[in-house]
Amino acid sequence: MTEKQKITIRKQKVVKDHTKRKMIIFGALAVGVVLTAVFAPYLVPYDPYEQDLGSALLPPGGAHLLGTDRYGRDMLSRVIMGSRSTVFSALLLVLVITGIGSTVGIICGFHGGKLDSFLMRLSDVFLAFPGMVFAIAVASVMRGGIMNAVVALACISWPKYARIARSQVLTIKSTPYMAAAKLSGSGTLQMIFKHIVPNIAGTVVVTAVLDIGTMIMEIAGLSFLGLGATPPTAEWGSMMSNGRSMLQTSPWVILAPGTTIFLTVMIFNLAGDTVRDILDPRQRGR
Amino acid sequence: MKKYIIRRLLQLLPILLGITLLSFLLMNMGTADVIDVMENNTGGALSEEEKDVLRAELGLDRPILEQYVIWLGKIVRGDMGESFVSGQPVSAMFVSKLPATICLTITSILLTVLLSIPLGILSAVKQNRLTDYIIRFLSFIGNSLPNFFVSLLLIYFFSLKLNLLPVMGNHAGWKSVILPTLTLALSMASRYTRQVRATVLEELNKDYVQGARARGVGEKRILYFSVLRASMLTIVTLLALSIGSLLGGTAIVESIFMWDGVGKMAVDAITMRDYPVIQVYVIWMAIIYVCVNLFTDMIYHYLDPRIRLGQEDA
Repeated sequence: MTEKQKITIRKQKVVKDHTKRKMIIFGALAVGVVLTAVFAPYLVPYDPYEQDLGSALLPPGGAHLLGTDRYGRDMLSRVIMGSRSTVFSALLLVLVITGIGSTVGIICGFHGGKLDSFLMRLSDVFLAFPGMVFAIAVASVMRGGIMNAVVALACISWPKYARIARSQVLTIKSTPYMAAAKLSGSGTLQMIFKHIVPNIAGTVVVTAVLDIGTMIMEIAGLSFLGLGATPPTAEWGSMMSNGRSMLQTSPWVILAPGTTIFLTVMIFNLAGDTVRDILDPRQRGR
Repeated sequence: MKKYIIRRLLQLLPILLGITLLSFLLMNMGTADVIDVMENNTGGALSEEEKDVLRAELGLDRPILEQYVIWLGKIVRGDMGESFVSGQPVSAMFVSKLPATICLTITSILLTVLLSIPLGILSAVKQNRLTDYIIRFLSFIGNSLPNFFVSLLLIYFFSLKLNLLPVMGNHAGWKSVILPTLTLALSMASRYTRQVRATVLEELNKDYVQGARARGVGEKRILYFSVLRASMLTIVTLLALSIGSLLGGTAIVESIFMWDGVGKMAVDAITMRDYPVIQVYVIWMAIIYVCVNLFTDMIYHYLDPRIRLGQEDA
């Protein structure tokens, strides 16, 4: 029996160390992506917007590591520069929906009553539109521009956070420590910021980090449809859309931004999974 | 159960009103002036007086809520306006394109089910073994690939390099459905495999499984007769709920493969600023989605004996 206990204990230790190491690796990679976006103008080997028709559609290798597009612009520079629009807007988007969503959720859960049912019915309506469909409609009305794509996606994404925050608040509201806080004379704001916010932060942060990858894909998707960033802005989705007709002759025009989206999304997803493992160990290995 | 159905149907009403109101306001925000758009599209020049007459004819000079009620009345009667571009009634356009999208949706769901249920179960049964890691790794990759990239990769390999399948259109028979289906099913199956795995794992960790093992019931029997039966309900529900992302995702995939469905119709309409077409697309997609969800919920309630036989008004 003692032998067996020892073995189980050792097993758990291994898993735990793994999580920490994963967090360091994936966290560093995610930070690396963000830093690349921040310092993009200093990292690019060429001007991503300078056209040079003499060296159009060069295959990867030589002076242009990832080749050039049909205007002779360096793909590597454009991919690096593209991280700015795509990654920044995805981060901004997640920040905005987390803020709006959890604020609405906290107010609904804490206040209850008519305000709660009104806001929840409103979120029902937004949730009734299948994901991208509504984003397409909003973006098409607002006519392109990456910020409009962000607004469109924010419209459909905040209700999820409101739901999560609200249900958490409702659970916390009925705990004995909340009753104790109330009895000892805490004000509404004090209760919200001292007891509710710290307790729901974990779940909300996990959801938010896991959403970054999805949002990158959706922003790129809208740009691909011509509803996000507009040319000549270097943005991964619109770069791929522009390269579509050259798929047969020069596939690198598609492969470079496509693979970059894939890797970036993967890094953020891995980082998100690890954050969840740390903050919410019950979900580990799911 | 009856009470439950009636209550859910009543709850549907405000949502439907909300959907239509939101779409109406959105499209009104978009078109600064419908008449100007019409003028641009038809190419004819109109004087300001003529425009005013047209506006009055279309009811555009009335307050916005009144316009909404009139518009809603028309929708209920099936009249959703005409396309700015072709002049055709948009409802008819939508109905004629819908079968192609439904066909694509059904094949994608079938492929998703065929891929992810066996893989998810296998992954759960072999938890933390090599098989599990491989399946999880693959589903992770699938989850991180945007569907427009997948479709372009598939076109590149299967159509351009290997010359096996047609690049686009839905006129080449069964062969043309393969690539769009693969694209849609790949991303859906990756997400869904994880959900199936999690559901089965949760069920496998319940006490009754341990009890059955202790009584000497075989692993296979436990899996097929107890665990899978118990988890099927959740698995089916999750599948139905993922139809929403599929309906949205078809737009991009349809337009890449030139699949002549409602998604491509909407994307084409965006470039032409053909708002009535976008409107009919948004409203109908939302209604289909809401109905699918409602139906799923009802089935779930019906199939779960705890709810069906428990409180009647649950």
